[in-house]
Amino acid sequence: MTAAISVSGLVKNFGTTRALDHLDLTVSTGEVHGFLGPNGAGKTTTIRILLGLLRRDAGQISLLGGDPWRDTVSLHRRLAYVPGEVNLWPNLTGGEVIDLLGSLRGGLDRSRRADLLERFALDPTKRCRAYSKGNRQKVALVAAFASDVELYLLDEPTSGLDPLMETVFQDVVLQRRAAGRTVLLSSHILSEVEALCDRVTIVRAGRAAESGTFQQLRHLTRTSVVVETSRPIDGLRELPGVHDVSSDGPRTRFSVDQSALNLVLARLVTLNVRTLVSSPPTLEELFLRHYGEDGKSTATQRGDADLAGVR
Amino acid sequence: MNALTGTAALTRLALRRDRITLPAWILGLATFTAGTTALWADQYRNMADLIQETQLAAANPGIRMLGLASGASVGAYAMIRNFVTLAVLAALMSTFAVLRHTRQSEETGRAELIGAAVVGRHAGLTAALIVAVGANAVLAATLGLAMIVAGQPAAGSLAAGAAVAAVGVAFAGVAAVTTQLTSSSRTASGLAAAVLGVSFLTAGIGNMAGHIDPSGLRVESAWPAWLLPIGWGQQMRPFGGNHWWPLGLAVALFLACTAAAALLAARRDFGQGLLPQHHGHAQASPALRSPLGLAWRLQRGPLLGWAVAMLGFGLVMGGLIGHVEDATGTARDWYIQVGGSDQILNAYRASIMQMAGMAAAIYAVQVLLHMRAEEANGPLEPILATAVSRLRWAASYAVTVSLGATALVLLFATGTGLAAGGVLGDPAEQTSRLIVASLVQLPGILVIGAAVIATVGLVPRFAGVVSWALLLASILIGPMFGPTLNLPQWAQDLSPFTHVPKAPAVAVTTWPVLALITVVAALAVAGLVSLRHRDLALPA
Repeated sequence: MTAAISVSGLVKNFGTTRALDHLDLTVSTGEVHGFLGPNGAGKTTTIRILLGLLRRDAGQISLLGGDPWRDTVSLHRRLAYVPGEVNLWPNLTGGEVIDLLGSLRGGLDRSRRADLLERFALDPTKRCRAYSKGNRQKVALVAAFASDVELYLLDEPTSGLDPLMETVFQDVVLQRRAAGRTVLLSSHILSEVEALCDRVTIVRAGRAAESGTFQQLRHLTRTSVVVETSRPIDGLRELPGVHDVSSDGPRTRFSVDQSALNLVLARLVTLNVRTLVSSPPTLEELFLRHYGEDGKSTATQRGDADLAGVR
Repeated sequence: MNALTGTAALTRLALRRDRITLPAWILGLATFTAGTTALWADQYRNMADLIQETQLAAANPGIRMLGLASGASVGAYAMIRNFVTLAVLAALMSTFAVLRHTRQSEETGRAELIGAAVVGRHAGLTAALIVAVGANAVLAATLGLAMIVAGQPAAGSLAAGAAVAAVGVAFAGVAAVTTQLTSSSRTASGLAAAVLGVSFLTAGIGNMAGHIDPSGLRVESAWPAWLLPIGWGQQMRPFGGNHWWPLGLAVALFLACTAAAALLAARRDFGQGLLPQHHGHAQASPALRSPLGLAWRLQRGPLLGWAVAMLGFGLVMGGLIGHVEDATGTARDWYIQVGGSDQILNAYRASIMQMAGMAAAIYAVQVLLHMRAEEANGPLEPILATAVSRLRWAASYAVTVSLGATALVLLFATGTGLAAGGVLGDPAEQTSRLIVASLVQLPGILVIGAAVIATVGLVPRFAGVVSWALLLASILIGPMFGPTLNLPQWAQDLSPFTHVPKAPAVAVTTWPVLALITVVAALAVAGLVSLRHRDLALPA
């Protein structure tokens, strides 16, 4: 598979602030790629550089085989974009905006436009000033998905949608993927990312902290274990790879690195296990480890170390 | 909790937000008043000149439309020349202030945040009205002081300030009502502006239809002048009787409007207006589906307003051409100097064409600065994410403005030609010679337009301030005011308007026009190259 987007060592400074600090991002053709990160991590800046709206200070970018700054117009015929904050012209109707943006991109599919309006339950005769945030977002979504393009760049496209519309959005994205299109989805909604994305890149402070499939990312993380043994547990804390041990009567909770799981289980068996619940790490935990203040240093270190392994 | 809880806090908030805007309005109007009054005090030291000018203003229906003569004094003359301008600006200051703190806050969602706090239903409107009325009170005192400083009698000066502020207060009330009617602040200000326009017309018609008293220095207005606020302000007759009771009419209108607004506010939902929302087109017409179509669609409303104004301006100026023939003294000298010919009619034609060119330049700045607004407010981002290059987008604005400015000067020429033809005969001939003269203005207008594009490209964050400053400086040091201000020639030469040939009084020469076009090209290229190569300053 070729890469629809290939970014390496991307640097962007705003004055003295470094917004992107050697960011790497690879999106393969035909995949839905999740782009996760806290506010201010550089997601929107990255997408704007990919669109040629901002200029990079350093790094290599290949977007659909071209350079987003130099080949702006020809590349834009092949992609569609939904901004995070949709600001439209207050005196134009939603329908007019959809047609306008579609025409400027090089045309849209009338039947798909009608279908999308119906599925998103959007009234195209209302003026943009009368739309809520969610409805403005729907205008941008319909305008983007009504065009059959190779790549969709979506910057937190569902932050104002209700759960019903969220489902519609997911269906539309999966249809696009089935048609072999590529989607870069920046998002905060983990269930959405988990449901849609083949691979994710987690960005933090302008750098890619981790990247890979969920399977791969989960391997990098710990399994949570709750265990009840008939003999008291001692010495668990001293085992390598065991973390966050806490006891509640006969029950003990801890988390364990994937690599140390075998060793720990062998030890537990000698203590006569009564019950054992083990749960794989959720995306939330993964996310929190990278975002949370306590996980800050370890996450970054681990992220750097593990990144090589993932690739 | 009653309906006014929180008014004090909201008033403080409004004052904090307006701490620059309102003082700028008030000081600007006061400086203008003091400056022009002092100028006329100097120009009309000779009482005979003043009597002659006042008689002309009282006798001339066109000038009666714009100003009411109340006797021969510098103060009364300043009222003829300035009152309508000051009253319109005071009305706009009040309208914008009220809308800023009511409808605009609702539109942006700020009012929702505030309304959820311990704040009564009418607190927002009340705070807006307190600020607007307070600003007008300060304006009354400041304008009075400005005229006293310019050497006018205290009683008349204070009456003048109060007369202007009376119009301002009345329009604070009008805006309080229009803000209830529609859900957009743009439409609300449009409705208030329509009332202002009708108010201007009724006052003007009342004065035109009035009669001159035996002295020949004072016009007694007919009944239409008493219908609406601008007329009431004029009937206070500053420096010509100083009647204070028409102020009561303005206050009564304000109170009636406030009561009506409170009633209406209680009958509508938050964020909504009382007038129904019209649905628009479900699809874009083919004409809209290009950057040029979009620019035209966004700018056609303002252009239509400008077109009506320029045509009307042309008709009035053309209608006055008969009186110019009889002009003597300073007025005649001024036309001859500005028009560049001692053939007074052609000098007059050339000078009003220059005014039209400068007016069209204001239009150009206003429209081209939308480029910056589109960039900073966000709508530009989705446009440039499609297959539209930055240059094509900028070009759509440049083309719209060039065509719009051309249409405006042509409309002005047509209006002037037709009205002048009505006075002097042969409208077709009158119009055709002015049409050439109007097209000659375009290079000057386009220099200003290209300068705006250059600021948008090079210094986007300061594009507004720099553009308006350049325009104002170009007008002030240009041919209309430069000679009067005794500026050295090199300073006057900095204004593009100085180099516009004074057609039809003077033959059009090629070199100044080519030089202006070269400057247009250089500024536009500098702006566009910079726009192509810089980061866009998009909203966070």
